[in-house]
Amino acid sequence: MEPHYPLFYVFHFYLFGVIALASAIAFVTRKNPVTAALWLVNTMFSLAALYVMLDAQFIGVIQVLLYAGAIMVVFLFVVMLLNLGHPSELADLRGTGWRLAAGLVGLGLLSEIMVIIRAKLPQQLIVPRDFNDQQLQKLNAVGTIAAPLFKDYLLAFELTSVLLLVAIAGAVVLGRGRTVSAR
Amino acid sequence: MFLQTAVSAAAVAHPLSGTIAEWVWLLPVLPLAGFVINGLLSLNSAHFGPADPNVPDHHSSEGGAEALAIAHAEEAGEAGDKHHAVKRHRWAGVVSVVGPGVLILSFLLALGIWQAMAATHPEAPFIQRYFSWMPAGDLQIDAALQLDQLSMVMILVVTGVGALIHVFSVGYMRDDPGYPRYFSYLNLFVFFMLVLVLGANYPVLFVGWEGVGLCSYLLIGFWFNDKVNADAGKKAFILNRIGDFGFLVAMFMLFANIGVLDFIGVSAKAGDLVAGSPLITAICLFMFLGCTGKSAQIPLYVWLPDAMAGPTPVSALIHAATMVTAGVYLIARSSFLFSLSPVASLTVAVVGVITAIFAATIGLKQWDIKKVLAYSTISQLGYMFVGVGVGAYVSGMFHLVTHSFFKALLFLGSGSVIHAMHAAYHQTHSAEDAQDMRNMGGLRRYLPITFVLMWIATLAISGIPLLSGFFSKDEILASVFARAHGSTLASASWLGIPGGTLLYVIYGIGLAAAFLTAIYMTRLMLYTFHGPVRTGTQEEQHLHEPPWIMTSTLVILGILTVFGGWLNLPEVITDVVPLGPLELLTHWLDPVVGPATARITAGAAQVPATTEQALIGAAVVIAVAGIVFAIARLKPDRVPRKRDAVPEEGFERLVANKYYVDEALDQTIVIPTYAVSRNFLWRFVDNGLIDGLFVNGSAALARGFGWVGSRLQTGNVGIYAWVLVVGVLAMLGAFTLR
Amino acid sequence: MLAESLALTAALFTIGVVGVLIHRNAIIIFMCVELMLTAVNLTFVAFSRFYGTAGQVFVVFVMTVSAAEAAVGLAIIIAIFRHRQTVDLKNINLLKG
Repeated sequence: MEPHYPLFYVFHFYLFGVIALASAIAFVTRKNPVTAALWLVNTMFSLAALYVMLDAQFIGVIQVLLYAGAIMVVFLFVVMLLNLGHPSELADLRGTGWRLAAGLVGLGLLSEIMVIIRAKLPQQLIVPRDFNDQQLQKLNAVGTIAAPLFKDYLLAFELTSVLLLVAIAGAVVLGRGRTVSAR
Repeated sequence: MFLQTAVSAAAVAHPLSGTIAEWVWLLPVLPLAGFVINGLLSLNSAHFGPADPNVPDHHSSEGGAEALAIAHAEEAGEAGDKHHAVKRHRWAGVVSVVGPGVLILSFLLALGIWQAMAATHPEAPFIQRYFSWMPAGDLQIDAALQLDQLSMVMILVVTGVGALIHVFSVGYMRDDPGYPRYFSYLNLFVFFMLVLVLGANYPVLFVGWEGVGLCSYLLIGFWFNDKVNADAGKKAFILNRIGDFGFLVAMFMLFANIGVLDFIGVSAKAGDLVAGSPLITAICLFMFLGCTGKSAQIPLYVWLPDAMAGPTPVSALIHAATMVTAGVYLIARSSFLFSLSPVASLTVAVVGVITAIFAATIGLKQWDIKKVLAYSTISQLGYMFVGVGVGAYVSGMFHLVTHSFFKALLFLGSGSVIHAMHAAYHQTHSAEDAQDMRNMGGLRRYLPITFVLMWIATLAISGIPLLSGFFSKDEILASVFARAHGSTLASASWLGIPGGTLLYVIYGIGLAAAFLTAIYMTRLMLYTFHGPVRTGTQEEQHLHEPPWIMTSTLVILGILTVFGGWLNLPEVITDVVPLGPLELLTHWLDPVVGPATARITAGAAQVPATTEQALIGAAVVIAVAGIVFAIARLKPDRVPRKRDAVPEEGFERLVANKYYVDEALDQTIVIPTYAVSRNFLWRFVDNGLIDGLFVNGSAALARGFGWVGSRLQTGNVGIYAWVLVVGVLAMLGAFTLR
Repeated sequence: MLAESLALTAALFTIGVVGVLIHRNAIIIFMCVELMLTAVNLTFVAFSRFYGTAGQVFVVFVMTVSAAEAAVGLAIIIAIFRHRQTVDLKNINLLKG
C-alpha cells in the first residue's frame, strides 16, 4: 500500500523521470563522444534528483559526486586524451538495417521486462510504510547506510576495497604502455 | 538323466512307462548321431576352394580334367573299366555302415516300441517331457515327445522306408564324391522328420517342420555346382516358407484364443471354441496353408517337380514317402480342430481333389520319368487330403502308408532305370538325357526285376484289387460317398454350395483322377519298358540290372506294396471274402482320431453294403479301363527319340508345359517382386533414404553445424555483443512465456 | 511510485542495450554500459524505499564496482588505441579465426 503522494511530489517525480529518459535517448543518438558524455551527465543528475525523492539522500549525493563527478570526468578525459572529439572521421553508428534491428531488439527486451515486472510485482508490501522514517530518526541519513554496510555486509565491503586496489593497479599497468604512440 | 515322465490326468502311471517306450528319445537321436559322424567325415576330407573334389561336375558341360575324371569314375562300376580307375570317397566304407546302420537301429527300436504299445493298448498318449523350452509368462512350451498310435504309424513308415532307401543309396550314390555329405544330410532329414512326428506340441512339431524343409533344400541342391539344381532347392525352400507363415499364424491364433499349444491341451480346450465359428475356420485354413506348402498342393505345389533335380533316392524318401506327407500328418494330428470346422474340412477336401486331377492331367504329357512320378505324387497327396478333409483320418493315413510303399518303389525303380541309362551313356560318352522316356524303351529285357516290381507298383497305384493301393484309395472314395449324406459336412455350406452336393462332386472328380492315374502310370511303363529300344545300339550293350544291394530294397518294397492293404481291410470285403483281420488300422488309430471322426460322421447313415460293393466295382472298372485305354491308344513304337521329338501343338503343348503355371507365377509375383526390390527397396530406401538421408545426411548435418559455428567466430566484438543481447532476449522470453 | 520507478528503470536499461548494439565507438559503448548500471541502481533504490536500506547498500557496491570497471576498461581502450590508432570496433578483431 503506497501512501498518497502530494501533487507537488508526483509532478516533480514525473518531471525528473522525463528529463532522465530524454537525456538518455539523446545520449544514445549522438555521434560525438563528448556530446554524448555530457548528455549522460545530465541523465545522472536527474537520476540523483530521483534518488533524493525516493528517500535515498546519501545515494543521491554520491551519485552526483561519483558518477557525474568522477566517472564521467574520466570518460571525458580519455576522449580528450585520444583526441576522439571530431566525429567527422568516424561513421560512428552502424547502418540503417542494424539500427532498425537494434530498435526491435530493444522493444522486445522492454516488453519482456515489463511483462515480468507486472507478473512478479508484489501487491502486498511487507514492511511498514514508515520504516525508513524510523531508521532516519534513529540514525541520520549516512548512518542508515553505514550501519548495515559495516555490520551485515562487512565481507562484501572488504572485498570491494580489495577490488578497488586491484583496479588501481591494473589501470596503472595497462595505462603505462611500453611504446610511445605517434601523435 | 533329466527325463521326467508326465503323469496322466488320473495320477496313474502310463501303461508304457518303464517299458522300452522310455527310450523313444533314442529314435531321433540315432540319426542325429549319424548326421554328426557323417558330417565330420565329409568335412574331414573336404578340400575347399576351386579344386573341391566334393563337388562333382555331374550335369554341367564344362569342368576341369579332375572333375571330369571323377564324373566318369562315378559310373565306372565296382572294378572300373579299361578307361577309368575308380575313385571312391575315402570314407565311403565307414559311411556305408553308419548311414544306413543308424536307420536300421532306429527301425528296430521302433519295432520294439510298437510291440510294447500293441501289448499294452494305451488310451492316452505317452508324453516324455525333457525340459522347459520356452517359459515366457503365459506361454509355457516344453521340449516334449509324444508317443501315441498316430505317431507310431509315422515312425514306422519313416524309419522303415527310410532304412530301405538308405540301403538303396549305398548302391546308387556309390561313386559320388559327396558320399558322406549325402548321408549326413539324409540322416539329418530323418532326425527332423522324427522330431516332427514325435513332437508333443505345435512348436516342437514346427522345429521338425522347418528342419525337413532345410534338409529338402540341402538335398535338392546336392549337386549345387549346376545352377538349375541350386535354383530348385531355393524354390522349394521359399515356397515352403510361405506355407510356414500360414502355420505360424495358425499357432499364434491358437495361443491367443486357447492359451496352450500342446496337443493334449488344445484337444481338451478345443471344445470351448464354438464349432463352425470363423475363428476356428481361420485357424484351420491357415494351418492348411502350411500343409499346401509342405505337401505340394495348389497353390504351393510348383516346387515339387523342380525338386526332381536332386538324387533319386532323395526324391523317393523326401518327396514321396515322408516329408510331403507331413501335411497330412498335421491335419490328422489336429483332427480335434478340423472336425470342429466343416468349412475348413471341406476346403481341404476340395483343394485336395482339384490338385489330384490337375496334377494327373499334367502327368499325362511329361516325358521325364521323374517328373511323371512327381506329378503322380502331387496327385496322390491330393487324395490323402481328400481323406483327411472329409474327416476320414484313418483313410488318409492308410493311403499315406500304402503310398509310401508303392511310390518309394516307383521312385527307386526309376532310380535303377536312370542308373542303368547313365552308365550306358557314360560308357559311350553320349550327352543324351538319361531321364527322358523318349530315350528309353524296351528296358524289360535288361532290367527284369525292376520291370516286374514297377508293374506291381503301377497296378497298386491304379487301384487294382487286392494290392495295397486298391484298399486305401477305395476307402477314401467310400468315405467321401458315405459322408455326403447326413454328416456335419453334408449339412454345412461351402461358398454357397451345400456340402452334400459338393461331396458327391468330389467323389466324381476323384474317380476321374483315378482313371487318369491309371493312364499315365501305364504310359510310363509302356514307354520305359515296352516297345522298341530307343536307347541306341551302342548303349544297349551296357544296360544292366543294378547290383543286388539296390534290387533287394526294391523287392522288400514290392512285398509291402502287395500285402500293405491288409492293414485296413474294410468290412464290405471281409464279409464277402474273409481275407484277414478287419480294419486293423482303424482300431489302432481310434484312441487318437476316433472322437474327431465321430464328430463328423454323427448322423451319417451307414451306406448299405450293396451300394458299397457297387462303388468298389465302379472304381475297379475305371482302373482297368484306364490301363486298357492306355495300352490301346499309346503306341510305344511311334514315340520318337528325344532329339528327334517334334514340339507339341495346342492343348498338348499347354499340358506339357504344366499349364504355364510357373511362367504365370514368374510374371505376376517374381518379376514384380524383383522390380520393387531393385527400384524401390534398393535404390530408394537403401541407397537414398538410409545411405543418403540418415548416414550421409547426419554427416552433412554435423558439417553444417560446424559451418554455422565457425561463422559465429568472427572476432568482431560488436557481433558478440549482439549475440549476447539476443541470447538474453531469448532467455527472458522463456520466463515471459511461463 | 514503485511501478513508475521500475518502468523508468526498464526504459533506461533498454536504451542502454540499444546503445551498445548501435555504436561502433568503444568509448560510447562503455558509456552505455554505465547507463545500464545506473538503471540498475535506480531499481535498487526504488525497492529500498519499501523494503529497507539493504538496497542502498548495494547501490554503494554497484557504484564502486562501476568506477573500478570504468578505470580499468578505459585503460584497456587506451592500450588498444596505442596499437591500432582507432577505437572502432570493426578493427578490433584479433579473435577472428
